[in-house]
Amino acid sequence: MKKIVYVDNNATTCVDPQVLEVMLPFLKDKYGNPSSMHTFGGRISKDIEKSREEVAELIGAESPQEIIFTSGGTESDNTAIISSLRVNPEKRHIITTKVEHPAVLTLCKYLEEEGYKITYLDVDSQGLLDLDQLRESITPETAIVSIMWANNETGVIFPIEEVAKICYERGVVFHTDAVQAVGKIPLKLKELPISFLSLSGHKLHAPKGVGALYVKRGTRFKPFIIGGHQERGRRAGTENVAGIVGLGKACQLAKDFMEEENTRVKYLRDKLEKGILEKIPNIRVNGHRDLRLPNTTNIGFEFVEGEAILMLLDDKGICASSGSACTSGALTPSHVLRAMGVPFTFIQGSIRFSLSRHNTQEDIEHILRELPPIIKRLREISPFSPQNLTSA
Amino acid sequence: MWVYSEKVLEFFKNPKNVGEIENPDAVGEVGNIVCGDALKLTLKIDKKTNRIIDAKFKTFGCASAIASSSALTEMIKGKTIEEASKITNKDIADYLGGLPNEKMHCSVMGMEALERALANYLGKPIKKETIGEEKVICKCFGVTDKKIIRAIKENSLKTVEDVTNYTKAGGGCGKCKPEIEQLLKEFWAKEETKKGVLGEPKKLTNLQRINLIQETVEREIRPRLKADGGNIEIVDIDQKKVYVRFLGACLNCPAAGVTLKKVVESKLREFVEEDIIVKEVKE
Repeated sequence: MKKIVYVDNNATTCVDPQVLEVMLPFLKDKYGNPSSMHTFGGRISKDIEKSREEVAELIGAESPQEIIFTSGGTESDNTAIISSLRVNPEKRHIITTKVEHPAVLTLCKYLEEEGYKITYLDVDSQGLLDLDQLRESITPETAIVSIMWANNETGVIFPIEEVAKICYERGVVFHTDAVQAVGKIPLKLKELPISFLSLSGHKLHAPKGVGALYVKRGTRFKPFIIGGHQERGRRAGTENVAGIVGLGKACQLAKDFMEEENTRVKYLRDKLEKGILEKIPNIRVNGHRDLRLPNTTNIGFEFVEGEAILMLLDDKGICASSGSACTSGALTPSHVLRAMGVPFTFIQGSIRFSLSRHNTQEDIEHILRELPPIIKRLREISPFSPQNLTSA
Repeated sequence: MWVYSEKVLEFFKNPKNVGEIENPDAVGEVGNIVCGDALKLTLKIDKKTNRIIDAKFKTFGCASAIASSSALTEMIKGKTIEEASKITNKDIADYLGGLPNEKMHCSVMGMEALERALANYLGKPIKKETIGEEKVICKCFGVTDKKIIRAIKENSLKTVEDVTNYTKAGGGCGKCKPEIEQLLKEFWAKEETKKGVLGEPKKLTNLQRINLIQETVEREIRPRLKADGGNIEIVDIDQKKVYVRFLGACLNCPAAGVTLKKVVESKLREFVEEDIIVKEVKE
């Protein structure tokens, strides 16, 4: 089998072997329902509570009771936003950004059709927010401000501490989609006035289908999924026990590896980025170079198209992703890069490499060996490449 | 991930005829970098026989755009311009063993580049100059009504989504979708009348009529009445006479008589036959 170099960890990550190991008993013998009266099922609730503590620990929550297990980032985002609207039915304004994940953005578009007023905050060419625009946008009508912690496409980190304080001072509920930030940068929720935070298991080496919503103690809340009494009546449905246990373990591991993420993984990312910039002309890094997740780089290659690059990389066993129009099936390219005003000549050829602690030095060397000839070849086919780029 | 045919992958990974012919006899260019794909086709044509001796391409775009361009050059080499002019986007897609629906616009791009190259060879004005008579429907991708109607006609497109897949129109901000819908409606309405003129008046059998009446009630009429708390049931159908009974809120509704004529009868006349008569049965 050919070697696979997986650098698409912002899309999803491998399940860590240690995570799988703690999950397996719950898929075999320990299949009881935590809500049951008998010990066989009932004792499993202890495993869930342990997991809750591990999640709380990773994000620096004050209490494990602030964690609600969900099916993933999208459900957490929907729960936070819809809950805020329901507890304040007279408030019909939402503030978010132009660069959110579809889990928030599409929901907002949908709510807009239902008559809510939505403010989509701009970003500058580096992908950064203007906090004055946020301050000016908050009105007595504002039910919730929802702003992501780190961007999935560029890795750009927003100043969430400041955003949270602004919202707190103005008395507005604040939600952050931290799906990309959790496990990659240290968080201390107990010190910040953040009402809601979403996280997802499969972005941090737990399986797909599990996530959590942090709800700060004292936040008014209405459940999104309604039914049984699970999660203290805040999220109905029999618990995804194996997933929850896996998420707990993944959070514990993420805490242990946090240092490595910000040193070794960052070093590999920087090496990859620097290598590409040295070897290939007419390219640009999309997004602020410093205010960025340690694992992500988004690079635009001028005159060539992203899907073609990805398919040729795939041929070499390299898994990455692109903001080009063609890859998504949509005809317009990445909303994030467009909001940043990245020139079209670069957007269509933008590639995101997102690393994890499972990447190695050899992975980076493999990419640096295979990528330059691919770009050169596609530029030879492109009618837009200047002569000096293809004849060399 | 797209499912591409083996042939698409082969033409993408090892494209034939990449490049630009020096001193070409014909040039055809379409697309631009903003749209996400562009193609420059250059041809060498034997002036005595009007036969295409050589064809080369340069393409900016995804795998299927590159494959479609390369396939096109292979298809036209050795053909006379007369023969080449008959190639449609469907031919290109077929040659490649099919393209995903969302990628059909890549084959359309190939066909357009070829048309422009042939027009260029024959010294005809390039289509662009006639843009004055056409109306740009999709402002994001600069697609005109003429191009949309042609795609509808040549590929029997039925939905706005189809039109977007084939021409890109409507794939940007989406604001022009109602206009595309309108073009589709007008086109197919014209086709229907053409059929009518050709002597195919709608003639329904009893069974067809009954089925069509039931379908129309379910689709067009019942949801409307339900929205106001009412309902309807079909009591009997005798030739073109339909006997119905109102239920729920419709029972005591003073406007029920109007609803009978303006909604029930007019919908049945629109979708079934023009001389349907609806009668209300009480109790």
